[in-house]
Amino acid sequence: MSTSTNTIAPPPTRTGRDWTWVARQPLVGPLAALVVAVVVFSIGSPRFLSPYNLSLIGQQSIVVGILAVAQTIVILTAGIDLSIGAITVLGTIVMAKTVGSAGALGALLIALVVCVIIGAINGSLVTYLRLPPFIVTLGTFTATSAATQLYAGSATYPVTSQLLTFFGQDFGVGSLRTTLGVAVLIVVYIVCFYILGQTAGGQHVYAVGGNPIAARFAGIKTSRTLMSVYIMTGVIAAIAAWAALGRIPNADPNAYQTANLDTITAVVIGGTSLFGGRGSVVGTLIGTLIVGVLRNGLTLIGVDNLYQNIATGALVILAVAFDQLARRRTQ
Amino acid sequence: MNRYSTRKMFHRAGIHRSFSALVLTGALALTATACGGSGSGGAGGGGGTASGSAGGAANVKIGLITKTDTNPYFVKLREAAKAEAAKKGADLIALAGKFDGDNEGQVSALENLVSQGVKGILITPNSSTGILSAIKQARDAGVVVIALDTATDPADAVDATYATDNKQAGVFEGKWVKGTLAGTKPKLLMLDGTPGGTVDDFRHDGFLEGMGLKKGDPEIAGMENTNGDQTKAQTAMENLLQRVPDANAVYTINEPAAAGGYAAISAAGKTKQITMASIDGSCTGVQNVKAGKIGATVMQFPSKMAQQGVDAVVKFAQDGTKPSGFNDTGAQLITDKPVSGLDSKDTTWGLQNCWG
Repeated sequence: MSTSTNTIAPPPTRTGRDWTWVARQPLVGPLAALVVAVVVFSIGSPRFLSPYNLSLIGQQSIVVGILAVAQTIVILTAGIDLSIGAITVLGTIVMAKTVGSAGALGALLIALVVCVIIGAINGSLVTYLRLPPFIVTLGTFTATSAATQLYAGSATYPVTSQLLTFFGQDFGVGSLRTTLGVAVLIVVYIVCFYILGQTAGGQHVYAVGGNPIAARFAGIKTSRTLMSVYIMTGVIAAIAAWAALGRIPNADPNAYQTANLDTITAVVIGGTSLFGGRGSVVGTLIGTLIVGVLRNGLTLIGVDNLYQNIATGALVILAVAFDQLARRRTQ
Repeated sequence: MNRYSTRKMFHRAGIHRSFSALVLTGALALTATACGGSGSGGAGGGGGTASGSAGGAANVKIGLITKTDTNPYFVKLREAAKAEAAKKGADLIALAGKFDGDNEGQVSALENLVSQGVKGILITPNSSTGILSAIKQARDAGVVVIALDTATDPADAVDATYATDNKQAGVFEGKWVKGTLAGTKPKLLMLDGTPGGTVDDFRHDGFLEGMGLKKGDPEIAGMENTNGDQTKAQTAMENLLQRVPDANAVYTINEPAAAGGYAAISAAGKTKQITMASIDGSCTGVQNVKAGKIGATVMQFPSKMAQQGVDAVVKFAQDGTKPSGFNDTGAQLITDKPVSGLDSKDTTWGLQNCWG
């Protein structure tokens, strides 16, 4: 705290002619990037904007998109969840293996319980033992992956149950067709957007991430907030598992190995700060779409896989760099 | 620091962020477009033999989806495919899964290629079952789908397969090991690949058949999955040797796994005791056979697979004839220690015909 005679600048006034206000909103950067990418690719390939292709981008973003919401919430608390992909894969295997004996609804419930338990383990270790989330979730990631391989017996399980593959079904209006999984993706985002923005619990998440000590002094139960965040991660992972079976009706223990990093990519590109307290799920949705648009668009204009990977990696570095630059300049 | 400059700082930060994000994404996308123009030419992006960018409507578009970008086998497959495509005046786009076993990435790649309007797709599936619905969608859209190297399960889910008869390759490998052991009771360790692919199963079962063993026989002292990766294979071999110190025979799914296995075996000082064989036929692998690190290998011909696959798609584009059936591109045992009654070629021939 400075002892000089500085006065704190009042928030800049919003007048009709203050264009800089628009540019200063945190979502503008990612949104602008998305728009530019869409424009460039639609120029590069006439098929890019076709409803079929756009629907494809949506479908390809389903699982990582749903998981990215959970990752956003965890990162908002200045944590990180490396185990999120592994929990989902375990969920799919549990569903595929128990559907025979417990029926489809039973399989879903059992998988939900399993995913929530692992989320609760993450939460307890972070909250009560105060271990760093990176370490905790790294451990659960390894343990859960191994448990999945053991439980699956290193085999894959084709899934035929109607209910389990429910989200793979076509739906749409007229010629605009996509799958129900995309609808689930959007619903999850809307629900989490509402919870984070409009409920006390959501505001507590931002507070705990921004300044945990101040949050505690303000009367927020940080332990409860953190626990509920990690349990919610488990719930969202179970939903993602259900949607994953809809997308590819095959439970594979080797699937989604890079999902944890993919979700972090989406969150970071979307403008959420890795240091917690700032960000929004809308940014994450934009980040997920940017990654999907890049992959699809670059394929459409004929770019090989390795160059696509370079582009995505460069984008992540740029996004983090800007976040850092913005932080430094506003301090 | 006065009021004015603080406000300016906020002002600058936000604008700086958005503007630069815009500029850099634009730059990235434009670079990508530039790369895209030469994307179907040489791997270096120089576009020397590029047969045109996305605007070239006259060129046949072919998609290639390999299991990964990194396994040298698939790199060779990709290069051979690109060379053949350039020769025939077609555009080839090469995509891959993110890791050995990544089905989701291949499904997305298939969908994107179909959306792009390719005439045919060549794929080495990571999961022989998980890719089926995506292949069906592609075929329903009129795209010819060809499996290279790895068959789908069932094999007729694709229009045609160009591959090594992996079962036969496994049989050769097994018969050679059996012949070399010359009557000694085998104590066998198996370094397998990735579960879910037919290649894995066929080679494994073929090897056992060549050895005269059945699944569950006591002579099979240990099995581990390696994902065909050298580092994982080394760790797996070290652990297996701890469990079974008196092993005398090793089956490996491919040469990177054999290289990893050899590192573990020689570190344990058991090179004289163990007979190891492999499948692949890469130049590195044949060198290893020559150096005595691997006893024998069964050569595959990925260039033939790629060439025949590309030719089939070009033919389909020209006159609509779809390829069909299982087309065996051949398997040749390479060793400097031949076993009587088993046809093999020596490493000199091997080095002339190897890939990679």
